[in-house]
Amino acid sequence: MQTFRSYKAVIIFLIVATLGAAVIALCVGRFSFVPSEAFRAIVDHFRGGGENEAMENVIFVLRLPRIFGAILIGACLALSGAVYQSVFRNPLVSPDILGVSSGASVGAALSIIVGGSIFFRQISAFAVGLLAVTISVAIPKIMKNSSTLMLVLSGTIVNGFMSSLCTLLKFVADEETQLSTIIYWQMGSVASVKTDTLLAVLPVFVGGAVILLLLSWQLNIISFGESEARTLGVNLKVIRTLTIAVASMMTASAVCISGTIGWIGLVIPHLGRLLVGSDNTKMLPCAMLMGGLFLLLIDTVARTATALEIPLSILTGVIGAPIYAWLLWKQKAKVT
Amino acid sequence: MAARNSNLQGVDLCFSYTKERVILKDVNFTFRSGEVVCILGPNGAGKTTLLNCMANLARVDSGEILLNGENIVKIPPRKVARLIGFVPQLIVPSFDFTVLDYVVTGCAPHLGILSRPKEEHYDIAREAIARMGIDKLTDKSYSQISGGERQQVSIARALAQRPDFILMDEPTAHLDYGNQIKVLETIGSLKEEGFGVILTTHNPDHALLLQDKVAILDRQGVLTSGLSTDVLESAFLTALYGTPLKVVYEEKLGRKVCAAPQF
Repeated sequence: MQTFRSYKAVIIFLIVATLGAAVIALCVGRFSFVPSEAFRAIVDHFRGGGENEAMENVIFVLRLPRIFGAILIGACLALSGAVYQSVFRNPLVSPDILGVSSGASVGAALSIIVGGSIFFRQISAFAVGLLAVTISVAIPKIMKNSSTLMLVLSGTIVNGFMSSLCTLLKFVADEETQLSTIIYWQMGSVASVKTDTLLAVLPVFVGGAVILLLLSWQLNIISFGESEARTLGVNLKVIRTLTIAVASMMTASAVCISGTIGWIGLVIPHLGRLLVGSDNTKMLPCAMLMGGLFLLLIDTVARTATALEIPLSILTGVIGAPIYAWLLWKQKAKVT
Repeated sequence: MAARNSNLQGVDLCFSYTKERVILKDVNFTFRSGEVVCILGPNGAGKTTLLNCMANLARVDSGEILLNGENIVKIPPRKVARLIGFVPQLIVPSFDFTVLDYVVTGCAPHLGILSRPKEEHYDIAREAIARMGIDKLTDKSYSQISGGERQQVSIARALAQRPDFILMDEPTAHLDYGNQIKVLETIGSLKEEGFGVILTTHNPDHALLLQDKVAILDRQGVLTSGLSTDVLESAFLTALYGTPLKVVYEEKLGRKVCAAPQF
């Protein structure tokens, strides 16, 4: 396929596009300025403060963390989604399948009702999100059935349970204040991303991405099937457990700072495969870049299109679902 | 190419799914590289199970499978994979890989867990593809080639693995008659190159055509092995499959053939 040859071009294009989008995102918003002004403010900032303090504040406190946050979260969701799809050998899988997001929702809702800082909410979402995945992984172990289908079914059970718990929490939440906070949290937003929250999850993002990229070729092998992998001497259990654990950690750390953001983990890997093929050594870096770019664009639209910020999941769904339909239409011959 | 000199031994193998379903009962065998062994047996006798045990995909209940004298379950999987390649019956990939990307996975047992194939490994894969005479498929998508081509691609992957034994699970299933004969021809030439090929098949005539060993698994879990031309006789096959079958020498073909008489 000729698309495979252009891998380098695709990567360079995505990096340039992301940088371009970041410059635009930096300059547009309630306070708009031209790139040269922003550039001067950044230079001044590092020289020890310039004359325009308000502008520096907008750039360094609000926009830059938000831009980095959107890119990181988008990249992280797309990478986790791509990895999940390979491990489960199913292109319809998203990182939510083992209950990370529904668990994180319960954690967030719980902390909102109990009351606590945003930091506590993030910790709680992260912890319950991972707890949900742990239960999903434990059920097949208890049933002594290690097939991926059993894992999917187990994820369905946990997802169902967590969703009901979350509904229960919404039901008992204070209608005036808490309920709306929970609902807004579930719609996803990177508005509250600050430098310190970013630094807190950065090690998980970077460490996780490095591990998953290093294992990308092994993911190719296990995506062909269990006996294929085992007769090639691949330690299926180790690779599967490690990749699921790392991808879930990454998703949990993304969701805990941004709330649930749908569609990216499902759609972006498909777009990646369309651009550079299924080989994970190429597809994973490509999906990461595309996920970052996609969420950055979505977030920029979300905060500039109307006077009120549009929650991210609305836009990712409104844009992601038609893209997904288009992708399915393009490969209709291969879907059976 | 390095000289292939391995042996695969079964010692008192027993395997059963339930008390009533005994698949292997005190099965013994010794196969060497450079031999072709056809595993025959009626439906449900457990040919694939036996092959899976040899590939370390299924565990026997008792007894040992020895690879060069060492119990196969105690050898690290990567080391086993360097000696035994496996050609599965039919794989339906979930993603659209190219033939080259699929074949190069055969190099996995020669690569570290964190590494990925380099140019030399792609060269090995291309060589294996060329050996199978399917160069034109190299950059094609695996999901867009025919069943016969997939079989050849899978064998190419096993060749890229550079093992001593290649196990094939019904390599002729799903293939038209011409492709069946072609695959058997390939198996014959792999033997000439020193590979040990162990395959399951439903057709006793394939064993006669390959003119080497057969191992026959009956419904009681007993394995009978020997040279195909010695073991495969009319009365034996008739009893095995429960239907009249004749093995005759056909002069025009210069070999024994197995076929059913007119009803």
